[in-house]
Amino acid sequence: MASLIHCPHCGVRPKEEFSIRGDASLVRPDPEASDEAWHEYVHIRANPRGRYLEHWQHVAGCRRWLVVERDTFTHQVFSVTDGAAAARGTSR
Amino acid sequence: MRYSAFSIVKNALTGNVNWKPAWRQPEPKPYYDVIIVGGGGHGLATAYYLAKEFGLKNIAVVEKGYLGSGNVGRNTTIVRSNYMLPGNEPFYEFSMKLWEGMEQELNYNAMLSQRGIINLYHNDSQRDAYIRRGNAMWMEGVPAELLDRAALKKMLPFLNFDHARFPIMGGLLQKRGGTARHDAVAWGYARAADRLGVDLIQNCEVTGIRRENGVVTGVETSKGFIGCGKLGLAAAGNTSRVGEMADLKLPIESHVLQAFVTEGLKPAIDHVITYGAGHFYISQSDKGGLVFGAEIDGYNSYAQRGNLATVEHVMEEGVMMIPGLSRVRVLRSWGGVMDMSMDGSPIISHTPIDNLYLNCGWCYGGFKATPASGWCFAHLIARDETHPVARFLRLDRFERGYPIDEHGAGPQPNLH
Amino acid sequence: MTAHRLASGGLVDRGASLDFKFDGRAMKGFAGDTLASALLANDQLLVGRSFKYHRPRGIVTAGPSEPNALVTIGRGASSDPNTKATVAELYSGLDARSQNRFPSLKYDIGAVNGLLSPFLGAGFYYKTFMWPAAFWEKVYEPIIRKAAGLGRAVLERDSESYEKCWAHCDLLVIGAGPTGLMAALVAGRAGLRVILADEDFRPGGSLLAETMSINGVSAQALTETSLAELRSLPNVTIMPRTTIFGWYDDNVFGAVERVQKHVAMPQAKIPVERLWRIAAKRALLASGAEERPLVFGGNDKPGVMMAGAMRTYANRFGVGAGKSVAIFTNGGAGYRAAADLAAHGMEIAVIIDSRSDAADVAPDGVRVIPSASVINTKGRQRISGVVVERSGFEETIACDAIGMSGGWNPIIHLACQRGAKAVWSPELQTFLAPDVGSGLIVAGAAAGHYTLAGCLKDGTDKAAAIAADLGFSAVAEAQPVVDGEIAPSFTALWYSPGAKAKAFVDFQNDVHVKDIGLALREGFGHVEHAKRYTTNGMATDQGKLSGINATGLLAGMQGISPASVGTTTFRPFYTPVTFGALAGTSRDEHAAPVRKSPLYGWAQKNGAVFVDSGLWYRPAWFARDGEKTWRESTDREVLSVRQNVGLCDVSTLGKIEIFGPDAAEFLNRLYCNPFLKLPVGKARYGLMLREDGMVYDDGTTSRLSPEHFFMTTTTALAGGVMSHMEYCAQVHWPDLKVRFCSSTDQWAQMAIAGPKARLVMQALVEDDISDAAFPLLAAGVVTLKGGLNARLFRISFSGELAYELAVPAGAGEAVADAIMQEGRAHGICAYGLEALNVLRIEKGHVTHAEFDGRVTPDDAGFGRMVSALKPDFIGKRLSTRFGLTAADRMQMVGLKPVEPDKHIRAGAHLLREGAKPSTLNDQGYVSSACFSPTLGHDIALAFLKSGRERYGERIVVWDKLAGAEAVAEVCTPVFVDPGNAKLNA
Repeated sequence: MASLIHCPHCGVRPKEEFSIRGDASLVRPDPEASDEAWHEYVHIRANPRGRYLEHWQHVAGCRRWLVVERDTFTHQVFSVTDGAAAARGTSR
Repeated sequence: MRYSAFSIVKNALTGNVNWKPAWRQPEPKPYYDVIIVGGGGHGLATAYYLAKEFGLKNIAVVEKGYLGSGNVGRNTTIVRSNYMLPGNEPFYEFSMKLWEGMEQELNYNAMLSQRGIINLYHNDSQRDAYIRRGNAMWMEGVPAELLDRAALKKMLPFLNFDHARFPIMGGLLQKRGGTARHDAVAWGYARAADRLGVDLIQNCEVTGIRRENGVVTGVETSKGFIGCGKLGLAAAGNTSRVGEMADLKLPIESHVLQAFVTEGLKPAIDHVITYGAGHFYISQSDKGGLVFGAEIDGYNSYAQRGNLATVEHVMEEGVMMIPGLSRVRVLRSWGGVMDMSMDGSPIISHTPIDNLYLNCGWCYGGFKATPASGWCFAHLIARDETHPVARFLRLDRFERGYPIDEHGAGPQPNLH
Repeated sequence: MTAHRLASGGLVDRGASLDFKFDGRAMKGFAGDTLASALLANDQLLVGRSFKYHRPRGIVTAGPSEPNALVTIGRGASSDPNTKATVAELYSGLDARSQNRFPSLKYDIGAVNGLLSPFLGAGFYYKTFMWPAAFWEKVYEPIIRKAAGLGRAVLERDSESYEKCWAHCDLLVIGAGPTGLMAALVAGRAGLRVILADEDFRPGGSLLAETMSINGVSAQALTETSLAELRSLPNVTIMPRTTIFGWYDDNVFGAVERVQKHVAMPQAKIPVERLWRIAAKRALLASGAEERPLVFGGNDKPGVMMAGAMRTYANRFGVGAGKSVAIFTNGGAGYRAAADLAAHGMEIAVIIDSRSDAADVAPDGVRVIPSASVINTKGRQRISGVVVERSGFEETIACDAIGMSGGWNPIIHLACQRGAKAVWSPELQTFLAPDVGSGLIVAGAAAGHYTLAGCLKDGTDKAAAIAADLGFSAVAEAQPVVDGEIAPSFTALWYSPGAKAKAFVDFQNDVHVKDIGLALREGFGHVEHAKRYTTNGMATDQGKLSGINATGLLAGMQGISPASVGTTTFRPFYTPVTFGALAGTSRDEHAAPVRKSPLYGWAQKNGAVFVDSGLWYRPAWFARDGEKTWRESTDREVLSVRQNVGLCDVSTLGKIEIFGPDAAEFLNRLYCNPFLKLPVGKARYGLMLREDGMVYDDGTTSRLSPEHFFMTTTTALAGGVMSHMEYCAQVHWPDLKVRFCSSTDQWAQMAIAGPKARLVMQALVEDDISDAAFPLLAAGVVTLKGGLNARLFRISFSGELAYELAVPAGAGEAVADAIMQEGRAHGICAYGLEALNVLRIEKGHVTHAEFDGRVTPDDAGFGRMVSALKPDFIGKRLSTRFGLTAADRMQMVGLKPVEPDKHIRAGAHLLREGAKPSTLNDQGYVSSACFSPTLGHDIALAFLKSGRERYGERIVVWDKLAGAEAVAEVCTPVFVDPGNAKLNA
């Protein structure tokens, strides 16, 4: 990872074309969820050493948000999925 | 063995064979009053001040590698106290004052060099932000100066004044800012702590945190169980992993920050200079290497190495700021794992678990904080109350709505 | 005369004589020489001074690991400090100077440090210079600093150019020696896309200095035929002068190609260096092995050289390193060197072998002393003899050069750059690369195959395996037969005992055996501690020669295996890379793109003075004849807008078209204020929060049709808001039917503001834009006279009666011209960012000077805008946190100086009258300030603790940075037209 990203829409592209937001395993809580849930969503990170889901946007390409599954120690990429598809649960 | 002019001469004349080890290599005792996890700058400083200032006797530092093997030995060595927000500035100024007396206190020359740090600005809004920052420094009694373009041109003629894409308008100067020899800071605290009886236990990785009735009672390590009265975590980029052993959920992401050094060159750059149209910062060490860096790679990482795209970006910023760097050769790049917090500011805090104390979230800025971090963490552990200058650095500030956000970037660590 | 050009031999072109200079002295070399070989040919043994003790030093190697022979090549802005003479390709006119000496290389005052060396051992800095405290920075450090570094960087603008490229291949072969050449041939023949990169200007590696023959042909002939075949293969690219310096994620390799570093006058249109990012499916590391120096007394003098380097100088460059050479070895390589040197007619004074039972054969008539050690060397700036000790007996043997051979260190740097640790091989007595996966395979001498036959075979086999792995079929190659191979085995010798002089480990940094011992004694025995404490391996060669010897010494001193000591961390760059190559074309004015508004030309002809604003250039003010300062122009523009009318280019605002049946719902969730019921034909000010409840951005959004909205963002966050919206739409609410695209560059947008704005606009617009027909916050498509469709918005940043008009970018300048033409009768002026800023401060409107990422809507006075009724919007939940609603938060207020001639500057802080300045007493700060020509004095927007309760209070505006203080009255932030009569006119 982080040299080349295999964009599911555009193919293999260099890192410079992407921007990175962070943890993609977090799901925005329901509006009625507890304060605790909201605090954790915004502020708390599992920050694993190992497999991790991360949001990247192909800003200089298709502009889609992607879920990059990779290892935070080896930087190996396991999969790259479209973020909307992942959010709908229609992929992976 | 105290270091003095006399000891140097005496040892030189006897072939330098009588120098003693800087610290012991103790085996862990079954129990310590306080165990600090992490033998980096902050952990060692904490142990030293616990013993020196707070009179504790039975202290250990456990370190999974060798002393100073983390970020204290892989940073760009900058020391400064030029912050803007009231949650930060008093703390960093406290640190600066400790730096200024450190060498005599530790009997170790960490080569603090107050060469001055200059933050360049390139437009009106940056200038206004630096005026706000400079005045915030003065509020805390910290001298700052605003330099205009003409003054800068005289001081730093090698900057890009004539062909810059983002012209330099001026800079904010803190004369007391500068650099220190990073390894020596760790070694100085280690040696001084050892002399006060602190056990520095290297190659001792913490694998678990034992709790009984919700109270921490000790740590499982690669050298067996070690009991403790209080446990302080100063594990920097590995904070989340150690915290997880006590089910702590933390506002921390680990990111890799690269740093660089050039081949040794005759003195050319006297100050620490930071670029306002990017994130580049540079200084020259007493050995002659230009030491520099810029932003983090941007993705979560526990690898102490970065990627080429960031390397190129850093060099681009360098040449934008100082065109004459173009022919200078970069010798080495390395990476440190930063404990990036959600507001870019550190945490020295109680935790929801009794007897467990937390020191983390140093982002890019841990090195300059080393002495104050140690002192305030020791204060917290020894007295169970926060030190006044660290009172805003609480873990629960995010939940309570009191972020200390110098960049105004919000809760996204890679933006800080 | 010691070193000399041999009568014949070598791959230099003896017909092409090249003139060059060293320290001003004219010398001659041949095409094909390196600077080092040419210096040796001129008997220039002394080439540099060491870092700490300024000891005289000569050439040690014939390659990139050189620690001593560093020179500055070139003059002025084109000088390259710390250039290794051993890799610098000689050219006519090359001008080299030695470094780190004063007044001259031969007589260097700094050498006095050598006398003080007992006091200057490892880590001495840390123990001293502390008394008295103030002396470090005033006295000691300046002295140490003056001694810092080797070469001098001029830090002048580099006039030469650089560029960057990507390359893609199936197989990257790193190193074009025997292993790499065979690998490239096998892979190339099999059809793989191959890149063969070699750092040397002449591919061939060790083959270029090899005297053995392969299948009956010379090594040089094999090199030539191999290269010829590779050049004929369209799928193979040979890249000489190209160093692979780093191995990054996804098998991307960083490489630097020195395109024009070997010419006196580089051509302007070609870069001097080119950075390559090579994305390789597989890579083969065929980087060879480094000969290991021996650590013995006096081993650092000019004339002591690696035996293999002597062999290279003789065989490849036709240069003899000495007339009478002593060889000190612990293995077969020393004998191989002796044989080759002897074959060139050089005298071999002696072979000193540390082993007792060597089977290696010495050249005829050469004396071999087994079980012996070198304990000292004779001579100062040249070698005159070697002192040998055997069984307690010392003997001095005359010689003028010493070749040392301590075995081999495979060059595994790249393989270990990604965190994998080198593995000690007890059999080979060296560190090998670990298995780092299929992406990078180590082969040949780099993998511990030290024979030529072994290298040829390993390169062939591993390339065939890679080809098969990638689905190509490789043709099996016959195993080449090498004639006269000598097994280069050795028995590790970390230290030649009994040294009678300093035995150096790191030549450049002057680290000697006793320093390593001292580090160990003081508790710095961990290999990383030892490195950092002694500086061993921290010089420009990064421990290529010294690293493994330090490990061996640390192991030997503790009686443990080198395996338990390990190596220090290998990190990029394999050899140093210039800033220039890594920065490429991104420099000076071209460092970032320039964005120009469609109205740039209009602004230019109206006298605009531009200022950069992000990537944009925007008009700051429009200077008219007679106006001497920006203030004069700005004041005129402000008054003109307040009294008549002005035109301002606002095209840089981010513009986003939003479509879809759920567009309104989407905006309603995105903004903190309601958007669901915004009627068609209306614009609304919107405030976007971050999820933590702080203001992110603001702007107006208009509903052009039920399913089409048009949003404007601030200039600064145009890109950020777009990404944020995409994130919300794709990740949070993928089921909402909404789409959007940026149209920032599609529209020229202008603000027409002032009491006479309608007069001007009505003359240009077909539609009725009277207040009744087109009231405040009206938005819609209108037709301009002449038939052009445009978007018109009745919105105002200045507080005046104002319109924003958006027309297709290409029509922008014509429309702006028409407005100016029409407005002339009404006293229209063009106004820039400065006037815009004054106008908005007078009206109390905010920008990112106020919304700095730490401000809530309520802080800025927008508390009532935040919808309590909406079930959800970005930032809703966390905006209710205690700290975000606390009563003592800083709130936006206005400030006016009590004495009207006093000035207020943005960035000043606020104090209660009489309060002592302190962080605790700090009441807030000024976010924006200006001189108001409308009011005739300074005004400011400020954030003040509980500010809205404090209108009427006197407060000190404290600007210590300027040495200024003023007393101001706290007031409402709206200075002009608080009743909005002008706005609604």
